[in-house]
Amino acid sequence: MSDLRLMKGNEALAEAAIRAGCKGYFGYPITPQSEILEYLAAEGRERGMVVLQAESEVASINMVYGGAGTGARVMTSSSSPGISLMQEGLSYIAAAELPCLVVNVSRGGPGLGTIQPSQSDYFQSVKGGGHGDYHLLVLAPSSVQEMADFVFDAFDLADKYRTPVLILADGALGQMMEKVDFRKYNPADHVVAKPWATTGKPKTRERNVITSLHIEPEMMEQINLRLQEKYRLIAENETRCEHFHTKDAEYLVVAYGLAARIAKGAVEMARAQGIRAGLLRPVTLYPYPTAAIRRLAETVRGVLVVEMNAGQMIEDVRLAVEGRVPVKFYGRMGGIIPAPDEVLGALGKMVKEDVAQHEEAY
Amino acid sequence: MERQMTSPDPSGFECVYERPGTLTDKRLHYCPGCGHGVVHRVLMEAVDELGIQEETIGVAPVGCSVFAYNYMNIDMQEAAHGRASAVATAVKRMLPGKYVFSYQGDGDLAAIGTAETIHTANRGENILVLFINNAIYGMTGGQMAPTSLLGMKTTTSPAGRTVETSGFPLKITEMLAMLPGVYYVSRHSVHTPGAVRHLKKAILKSFQYQKEKRGTCFIEVVSNCPSGWKMTPLESNRWMVENMFPLYPPGEIKVPK
Amino acid sequence: MAIRGNVSFDIETCKGCELCIDACPQESLALSREINAQGYHYAVLINDNCTGCVNCALVCPDAVITVFREDRKSGKVPLAKISNVTGNITVTIDDERGNP
Repeated sequence: MSDLRLMKGNEALAEAAIRAGCKGYFGYPITPQSEILEYLAAEGRERGMVVLQAESEVASINMVYGGAGTGARVMTSSSSPGISLMQEGLSYIAAAELPCLVVNVSRGGPGLGTIQPSQSDYFQSVKGGGHGDYHLLVLAPSSVQEMADFVFDAFDLADKYRTPVLILADGALGQMMEKVDFRKYNPADHVVAKPWATTGKPKTRERNVITSLHIEPEMMEQINLRLQEKYRLIAENETRCEHFHTKDAEYLVVAYGLAARIAKGAVEMARAQGIRAGLLRPVTLYPYPTAAIRRLAETVRGVLVVEMNAGQMIEDVRLAVEGRVPVKFYGRMGGIIPAPDEVLGALGKMVKEDVAQHEEAY
Repeated sequence: MERQMTSPDPSGFECVYERPGTLTDKRLHYCPGCGHGVVHRVLMEAVDELGIQEETIGVAPVGCSVFAYNYMNIDMQEAAHGRASAVATAVKRMLPGKYVFSYQGDGDLAAIGTAETIHTANRGENILVLFINNAIYGMTGGQMAPTSLLGMKTTTSPAGRTVETSGFPLKITEMLAMLPGVYYVSRHSVHTPGAVRHLKKAILKSFQYQKEKRGTCFIEVVSNCPSGWKMTPLESNRWMVENMFPLYPPGEIKVPK
Repeated sequence: MAIRGNVSFDIETCKGCELCIDACPQESLALSREINAQGYHYAVLINDNCTGCVNCALVCPDAVITVFREDRKSGKVPLAKISNVTGNITVTIDDERGNP
């Protein structure tokens, strides 16, 4: 039986959190994601969740640390500048191997920026943000349906790997209203044993200590090796991407999130014009679908990366393509959302340049 | 750990005091004479006496006592610098039936953690906040703390703390006592047997209040730092009485009616 | 008659901070001439007038002190007097016939 609703992205995400068995939410208001806190303050509390408006994002992420340490499913959400404040906490959470969900409904930056959507937190999300050798598992939704779906996936993945999971959305996805069908999900069927949690030490076990402090370098190296092995496993098993018309594509567009929706429109328009375009949409930004892009780089003539930033994910695309074919960029910054025909224009330019180069060669 | 005792237990004598079972066997890393050791011991004695070892979760700070979890045989979490009370808030909110305490130094609680400290107290979280105030940053080598006295020489106030550069010593405990969410506030020391006994009573009371869901219990322990103050333990306790007590007088600051 | 007491020290853990020495109302504690494996002079009982008041144990930061007090109720009396202890000693107690 489906549960079909028309909802705002932020609210769909919040509703999914309740249904996924999230027991604690600790957050701070910031545009464009305050609806998550507000929805949970009303609905979540009503349905048995601890929902606490903390004094800052710094306090929020540390509450997530404490709550996750007790073995409960906990989460927070914020937007770009608030996520910056959380970086220390995220490093600690990753190091202490605590499962949790963090949501970034990105806005334009840098600095206080704008409240309009952007994708300029890619580096922050995927390349670190916080100090040390760690990674967040990053999921990038591109519809309100995925805003909901990925919450269930995120909690399951977080518990499976004892790792923080980030849902990287943007202000447009957070504010837009679309149909969402909530999956059938019984949290009781998704309980993972957490013998490491601090719940009060019974006589039957040694005390549990949640910490990320390991002063002896030999010990710290072991911890790091364990984390790296974990990320290797995650990369092996959890990499996700979506293929759209890539089978016979001559020109590949790579885009995620909102940019991918726009790029899809551009790809369809291109096809109508006779250009064999395709789109690869990374769904996990970490682990990145490097292998899928590398394979496609053998069959396409050029890659266009479309992002709402100054060019961040393009670096990972270039690493995957390894110079086989040209990689071009189209992007808008400052919270401006590109229109499909802008992307089509960039695609057309790439095709023209490619054709011209080949004519020169003869 | 094998204990080498200096004189055997003569029969006819009963043991009237021994170290609490909830202290682990690990040798404390604190400097000789440091008050941390006494507070750890008294806290664990209280946990022992109340029989709540299985229901207590502690949050350790950054500071000399960052390794507190090595010495207390209870579930514990290490917090980022300043964030212990936020971590403790979440632990208590998720596990409201357990006893939760945070253990923090003056930098952790009154500098980097000021916002978390105030808001945890303002929300009246049902936890015990133990504040060890020795007016200096011990772990990082003796820098000035918010609670350092005027004129006090530290590595970052080598000519002595001045108001122009660094403002006044922060009386955070008195500030917190003003908040309605804070139920019990007292200030102690551990330099005499009597003071230690008072501290233990305060801790026992605080756990009882926690059980009764009365709000935040805040206990400050004015303590010494022989290394940071560059004195022997005995000298440091004398200096503490002469110099710290006038500004931070031990006593009951806020008691329930 | 004053209550008789006794204390024992975990000498390897003692850091020689002297707080117990200062706290003892009988002035019966002092630092040994010997050092432990950590290099500290550890505290020892130097007199036989300990009353088992627990003051020393209360102020000890490293919880190295165990305190004993005469159990008057059971009618037992101490069988050995120990004084000037500067290290480990073994106590042999003779019965009424002088046999160990």
